Amino acid sequence: MTSENGYLVEIKDLNKLYPVSAGIFKTSNDFIHAVSGLNLQIRKGESVGLVGESGCGKTTTGKLLVRLIDPTSGNITMRIGDSTVDVAHLRGKQLKDFRRRVQMIFQDPYESMNPRLTIFDTIAEPLEVQGIGNITERQERVAGLLELVGLAPASSFIFRYPHELSGGQRQRVAVARALIVQPDFIVADEPTSMLDVSVRTGVMHLMQALAKQFGVTTLYITHDLAVARYMCDRIAVMYLGKIVEIGETEEILKNPRHPYTKALLSAVPVPDPTYKRQVVNIKGRISKPINPKPLCRFYERCPWGDEYCLTHDHPPLEDGKGATHLVACYHWEKYAGKTNQGPIATN
Amino acid sequence: MAEEVLRLEHLTMHYKTRAGELSAVDDVSFKLEEGDSLGLVGESGCGKTSVALTILKLLPENGYIKGGKIIINGKDITNYTENQMRKVRWGEVSMVFQAAMNALNPVYRVGDQIEEAMVTHLPPLSKEDMQARIDELFRLVGLDPALKTRYPHEFSGGMRQRAIIAMALSCGPILIIADEPTTALDVIVQDSLLREMREFQKKLGMAMIYVSHDVGVIAEVSERVGVMYAGRMAELGTTAAIFHDPIHPYTMALMSSFPSIVGEKTELVSLPGEPPNLLNPPSGCRFHPRCPFATQICIDQNPDFVEHEPGHFAACWHPRGKK
Repeated sequence: MTSENGYLVEIKDLNKLYPVSAGIFKTSNDFIHAVSGLNLQIRKGESVGLVGESGCGKTTTGKLLVRLIDPTSGNITMRIGDSTVDVAHLRGKQLKDFRRRVQMIFQDPYESMNPRLTIFDTIAEPLEVQGIGNITERQERVAGLLELVGLAPASSFIFRYPHELSGGQRQRVAVARALIVQPDFIVADEPTSMLDVSVRTGVMHLMQALAKQFGVTTLYITHDLAVARYMCDRIAVMYLGKIVEIGETEEILKNPRHPYTKALLSAVPVPDPTYKRQVVNIKGRISKPINPKPLCRFYERCPWGDEYCLTHDHPPLEDGKGATHLVACYHWEKYAGKTNQGPIATN
Repeated sequence: MAEEVLRLEHLTMHYKTRAGELSAVDDVSFKLEEGDSLGLVGESGCGKTSVALTILKLLPENGYIKGGKIIINGKDITNYTENQMRKVRWGEVSMVFQAAMNALNPVYRVGDQIEEAMVTHLPPLSKEDMQARIDELFRLVGLDPALKTRYPHEFSGGMRQRAIIAMALSCGPILIIADEPTTALDVIVQDSLLREMREFQKKLGMAMIYVSHDVGVIAEVSERVGVMYAGRMAELGTTAAIFHDPIHPYTMALMSSFPSIVGEKTELVSLPGEPPNLLNPPSGCRFHPRCPFATQICIDQNPDFVEHEPGHFAACWHPRGKK
């Protein structure tokens, strides 16, 4: 299946529910639907951006994909080497092999490293766990990779500790640690959001270049659409556990269809004082998807919402014709090409 | 001519650390008039927050003003005692912090906390006047006055930040310093808060210093921008000049390394290296190790902060990369 259509990852109807705590001695019947009926296919070699506000379920999706948490229901199939595996049901040796092929890069370079391990130990740990190479081979590999991620000469970094490095350098170490086992798939969760601008660009360039060089497929989780524009081939916009729009990056930015995507795009500050943004015209703020009712998740904030949206289930994200730009909205065609109505914002 | 609200003259501030003296703010001068809005932009550790803290003399114990003057509303407050400063803070200058989420006391109603600030700093008001004023402040920052009897935990992050801003405005300051007030908020909430801040700043005619690392936010809220690098002011000018005609190579790099979602997708510039350690800053121009135009003079001598065009200042030996 996966091998034939060129997809590396296929997610079908993925759900992750968290119980809402009702107190120490009570059990709760309420659930937060953090990821809800999510469908997504990622082609080999491409970089997909998962974009949305905090609480939309993007990080949960990332963790599900690398099996840091188990899904409540649904399927994730991944092409690992020559076989196709069912990620949710991996066990034992298969799971260990999967861990080698799939890596994650975290947001906070200060929290994601053991302060007592040297840079060498940090990067070589996956090799040790996987039993790859002997000590000299590992040292060579770590040194080679350090230079590749821009920490040259490797000899001056390899036996240092994380506290001796800056945030940008640590994130480069994190990139090296993810790449050392030559993974097929990397989930990068906001890898540059803690870095300063002048350093961030360097790390962004590095990740792009290395993904290409190693042929790694990436899921790039970010709240920053401008960063996603530079890092991703395709963008998926998430809202309350669902993907509401997906398409080629420039297409999403130029012709957004979903009212939420339009609002999100018009809310991003533009580093140009002469640029006049549209006024964001959605109401309220993101809520928690606790026991959601069967209607469009965006209904209560939507400027287009009507009786139909209220009485029908969340719109599906497909057209059945294999289009690349998909939107989960009943009314998008009516408002196609129009920007969100409302006066022009004045700076 | 508008009243001068704030003037910094060659302000220098150091932190004493176990490893030595750290020069966090070095020879920074600028002034603000009534109704001005200045954005301070730079990367972490560039001294932008330290400048803000120094103006209010809210420095931690190991920080001290090494030289220069702070003049607020015509008064030199550089050597003010803690008691004297208490009158300046809130009454004349108030500040909104980055971590303002945690600045509200969780066991008091939000309205009561604003009232407390006014009782402390303003001449006595009648109960009705006080409540009317709180209602007005709530409306000004886009909150429903009915929410004043709620507790902080019932507020979302954006609402808390608004309540803090209402509190900062409560005593009618002539200057408000906002240090990354929207950094922890989502873009849509940030958008409406920025819009409201611009509105009330114009309406109340007070001066504002907006500190942020986000070039996009600065472009929207400020009429003038100061770019800081390694404790020094690298460039200062109108927002249009800074964005469209930068003089300092650091500003040039900063502007072209910031991704945007509008316009053509241009190549992002990445600067080599990292911002310097201020325990041991580079000689001469502190930007020289990363500067593509650096020559011997940049290594030897610190460039003066001079006016290149009317109102457009920069500290650089090779303005716009000229030899």
